[in-house]
Amino acid sequence: MREKIIYILAAAAAVLLVRNLYVILLGLPDEAQQGPIYRIMFFHIPSAITCFIGFFAAGISSAIYLATKNPRYDAIDVASTEVSLAFATVVLATGSIWARIIWGIWWTWDARLTSMLVCWLLYASYLMLRRAIDEPTQRAKFSAVLSIFAFSDVIIVWKSIEWWRTQHPGPVLSIRTGGGRMDPAMEAAIYWNLLALILFGLVLVLVRLRQEETRREIDGMRQMAHAI
Amino acid sequence: MVEARNLLYMFYGFVAVWVILAAYVVSLVARERNLKKELTRVRGLIDERERAR
Repeated sequence: MREKIIYILAAAAAVLLVRNLYVILLGLPDEAQQGPIYRIMFFHIPSAITCFIGFFAAGISSAIYLATKNPRYDAIDVASTEVSLAFATVVLATGSIWARIIWGIWWTWDARLTSMLVCWLLYASYLMLRRAIDEPTQRAKFSAVLSIFAFSDVIIVWKSIEWWRTQHPGPVLSIRTGGGRMDPAMEAAIYWNLLALILFGLVLVLVRLRQEETRREIDGMRQMAHAI
Repeated sequence: MVEARNLLYMFYGFVAVWVILAAYVVSLVARERNLKKELTRVRGLIDERERAR
């Protein structure tokens, strides 16, 4: 059943991505001030929202794990975090390439960029922590605490463009500004690509979750083999 | 000239997106393959030990 869901979601994500690429590259005109480089935003912004959703899911499953000690939530935690970190890498890379053209620099230590880099480092250290601890219960407990702590930085990343005057542009989506900051056709393309990336991310999380379950099955069988 | 550079960097941006996501997918596929091998190996080990009992 899960296999079928994964295939259906993957097909839907693929169709949407092809449709979105057509709209982004051929359907929409160049932005008046930025030129064609603004098209990077159609992946930069949706990737950022996708990774924030993933980190939020990881934080929630960490809290549930600490309350219930059910290893399934630890598996959801690691699957969500790993996939979200891949999207966070996309955010940093695409943002940097866009900045090279628009600001003339690859990087600046402003509040949004720095907090996003800290976010990436925190979740990367989460994955390193998991590799460093062998005992499964201890590993799940420590990494759940780190995941909840790391999520506090996601809130800082999200709010940084409101709290501080940053070089990074302010909010443009109408869900945050009430509208009027972006052409409706361009904004619609961002939401369509957000949907495609969320579906793609969900597929990756489901595949990663299945791998985590297989790993647990192998660990259980290995214990059984030692007992025989 | 400026327009060509702008277009080139847009291309770099799109390449970065797909290279990062593809690299992650490849790592997932490699892990899946290793897990399947490991599962078969451990199953074989259990069968072997049960037969030897």
